[in-house]
Amino acid sequence: MDLPLWATGLIGFLIINAMLVSASVLVYAERKVSGYIQNRPGPNRVGPFGFLQPFADVVKLIMKEDIAPRAASPFIHSLAPVLMVIIAMTVPAVIPFARGFVIADLDVSVLVVLALTSVSVYGVTLAGWSSNSKYSLLGGLRSSAQMISYELSMGLAVVSVVLIAGSLSLVDIVEDQASGWAILGWNVIRNPVGAMLFIITAFAETNRAPFDLPEAEQELVGGYHTEYSGMKFGMFFLAEYVNFFIASFIIVTLFFGGYLIPFEPLFAHVFYDNGLGWLLGVLQFFALLAKTAFFAFLFIWVRWTLPRFKYNQLMTIGWKYLLPIGIVNALVIALGVAVFEALGL
Amino acid sequence: MVAQLLFFLLAIVAIAAALGMLIARNPVNSALWLVLNLFCIAGLYLTLNAQFIGIIQILVYAGAIMVLFLFVIMLLNLAELPRREDIDWKRGAAFILGMGVLAQLVYIVAMSFDVLPHPPAAQEAVATGSAQVLARALFTEYALPFEVIGLLLLVATIGAVMLAKRRFV
Amino acid sequence: MSTPGTSYAIPGTEAGNVFRFWPRHNEALYKRLESKHAWLEARHHGDGGPAEADPLEHEMVLNIGPQHPATHGVLRVVVKLDGEMIERAVLDIGYLHRGIEKLAEHKTYQEFMPYTDRMDYLSPYSNNVAWCLAVEKLVGIEVPERAQWIRMIMCELARISSHLLWMGVGLMDAGAVSVFLWAFQMREEIYSIFDEVAGARFTVSHSRIGGLATDITPEGLRRIRKFVDEFPEVHAGWVKLLNRNRIWIDRNVGVGLLTAEEAVELGMTGPNLRGSGVAHDIRRFEPYLKYEDVDFNIPIRTEGDSLARYFVRMEEMMESIKIIRQCLDRLPEGPIRADNAKWAYPSKEEVYYSMEGMIHDFMYTDTGVCPPRGAHAYHAIESPKGELGFYLTSDGTGNPWRVRINAPSFTNLQGLEYMLEGALIADMVILIGTVDPVMGESDK
Repeated sequence: MDLPLWATGLIGFLIINAMLVSASVLVYAERKVSGYIQNRPGPNRVGPFGFLQPFADVVKLIMKEDIAPRAASPFIHSLAPVLMVIIAMTVPAVIPFARGFVIADLDVSVLVVLALTSVSVYGVTLAGWSSNSKYSLLGGLRSSAQMISYELSMGLAVVSVVLIAGSLSLVDIVEDQASGWAILGWNVIRNPVGAMLFIITAFAETNRAPFDLPEAEQELVGGYHTEYSGMKFGMFFLAEYVNFFIASFIIVTLFFGGYLIPFEPLFAHVFYDNGLGWLLGVLQFFALLAKTAFFAFLFIWVRWTLPRFKYNQLMTIGWKYLLPIGIVNALVIALGVAVFEALGL
Repeated sequence: MVAQLLFFLLAIVAIAAALGMLIARNPVNSALWLVLNLFCIAGLYLTLNAQFIGIIQILVYAGAIMVLFLFVIMLLNLAELPRREDIDWKRGAAFILGMGVLAQLVYIVAMSFDVLPHPPAAQEAVATGSAQVLARALFTEYALPFEVIGLLLLVATIGAVMLAKRRFV
Repeated sequence: MSTPGTSYAIPGTEAGNVFRFWPRHNEALYKRLESKHAWLEARHHGDGGPAEADPLEHEMVLNIGPQHPATHGVLRVVVKLDGEMIERAVLDIGYLHRGIEKLAEHKTYQEFMPYTDRMDYLSPYSNNVAWCLAVEKLVGIEVPERAQWIRMIMCELARISSHLLWMGVGLMDAGAVSVFLWAFQMREEIYSIFDEVAGARFTVSHSRIGGLATDITPEGLRRIRKFVDEFPEVHAGWVKLLNRNRIWIDRNVGVGLLTAEEAVELGMTGPNLRGSGVAHDIRRFEPYLKYEDVDFNIPIRTEGDSLARYFVRMEEMMESIKIIRQCLDRLPEGPIRADNAKWAYPSKEEVYYSMEGMIHDFMYTDTGVCPPRGAHAYHAIESPKGELGFYLTSDGTGNPWRVRINAPSFTNLQGLEYMLEGALIADMVILIGTVDPVMGESDK
């Protein structure tokens, strides 16, 4: 789809705003779900069913005084939250939202996702360092170690997907999953180990429980964002929610058929024959949203159920379990792909 | 036109970042300048239509290696170097100008002997930048060097682990 | 009084220098951090030579608390870190010191009761009972049967309440916040029982010297029965969630290892001692109230790590339920206070409708029980945290001459420094949780 530049810009603007709103919706969802998990009603005072609570929170955060430690490095201290938000907001550019609807259809969009994930650690690390506080520093250190460790396994999980699809483009990867019957083409069925690996590492990369060691409220009093207040803290907060929303998008795109509606290969031709391709596109968009919402719920569910890992457990899992599993999985998938190609399937 | 503008913009920022890395007295700031520099170079690759290399540049250098650097710098808690008061700006300017003149001279001499590499045609550039072409070259023509480098990195990893282990025995 | 215009500085000090003890205090702490003979040093440097120089400064002194979410109040821990590992730790306590022991010397025995509520504020009823038992032992008061059984019920409820808080907070420290709220739901039930029985939810002060303030109402009994019936099911749910939770087990196993000898030497008491395989429970070995008449087990574990202490406490809750059931079955009818004006308050009927009753009430409030001059007594109970004892010395008046409190949280904290050394930062929160200190009790 070759859109003029202004149209792409407009869509990008809309999507950024949609992401901001979705972050508030997720905050609301998290508080409501955690409330139900903990046998309490959750927010129910601001607006109908407390739906305006996150907006009230944002207003509060904007009103609050911005406090920075005197010994902090002022520029980097301000840069870190901005960096987090920018990186989180960049990823949607390469996510295909429906057939033929993607802002930037790059040949290497999978790598863009990986690159942005790996760069996002700077926000956390720099926040930890520039605050000039010991707790923050420990949080920053934990975060960089954790990100580096889990990036490898995440990369290997992605490699297995790329091997199956034979392309580095997210659009191709999604379309490749449309090949099987009904939902059998989805990568979660062709490559279940890779899917598990990717979901686990996605938790680690987004710093969500049980991998939330960098912020561990009870040990490091908030970790890297201990010394942040007001909207700077709000930006970390925003980035966290956008991040796990994006992570859900990527999980769905890579392993759960992306924008494909379940059983789509069975009836997609009906739409195209009747010239209703646009309707299919809309349905695909909602299918993607529904699947993503499920994984966002999974992120919330896990957070309010499991205790946090310990640092050495985290390293053990990353290096001694996930990495070997990832390597073996990539090898098996590669062999499988080679065998299938040799057999001409 | 846009590509050229971008090239100059990125090149200037890259050089400035490189200088910043050298001049910065705080190791973390130095590392950050280097990251900026790496990003600019990735941008340069993108202007050359080499998307794969550009993204890999960010993924590997900025995303992994520099994070590791930063991790070590933060872990060691290196102190800031004393601020340099005795920088001789005149000498610095003279050095930059001199290097500029030298570069021009070398460029002219090279051009007159016709040893400059010719810029590839746009079509060819698109082809060389893609992952497929790169992979084909790596795994056929340069398969042996590729494997040797892999082995070398493995040896280096094992060596690093051995060195790190010795301290705690 | 100071005349207008004078500063409020402490005499003999310059203004602005009022808190000069503070730097000195901190300096002493850091000095101790440096000079302490940590076992880790011996392990690292074998020959006991001078500590290796640290040219890269990767050691860091981190001040944790007194305001820190994991310190359960105002415990302060100063740790020396090597990366994430705690090389040495020094505890600094006393931020909640109120001089309870000294305050007791100016109160009658009965007046001191509300202060005991505020010691271990997670199980106030146990403290009340411990105090009453000590005074009763000092004076030689005989308490009616019914009062003793009710005291037992309430003490065991207090134990469950305290262990519930330990569980919730311990899990919350480990990152599982939901368990905290589930635990508090059950605590809420216990609060409402206290509310019905004692008239207060938190600081109950229900026990009286020589008996109880009020009898237990039928509604109170009904609520207790309901709780006893409901709790095992909820408890089983938690056990199901936690006992096979890999993350929770891995975070606890092998953390804060104490052998039986070490636990005894460090003066651990209560579940912390029983987690190391020492089956010491005062309810069994020096029975007070009617504990010799009921049938219960003392859960012990021999591993001595945090996981063992976790299992011990989880099982103790069920044992408490068992005890409460037996108490409910055997609760006799009868008076709830000793019928002796020298020993206990007269009942309200006597106070309102007879002259003597009113005089007795007045005398008891004014002077209270007067143990013989020179009498002294020590009585300890098994509070949820361990051995809680009061040592009383009398000078023959209505006020104790000296009160000494043996607080389990304080003795348990002695072991914490030892356990912290060599642990990780993430273990620290688990360890503070597992020791289960209440600073109100430890700082007195």
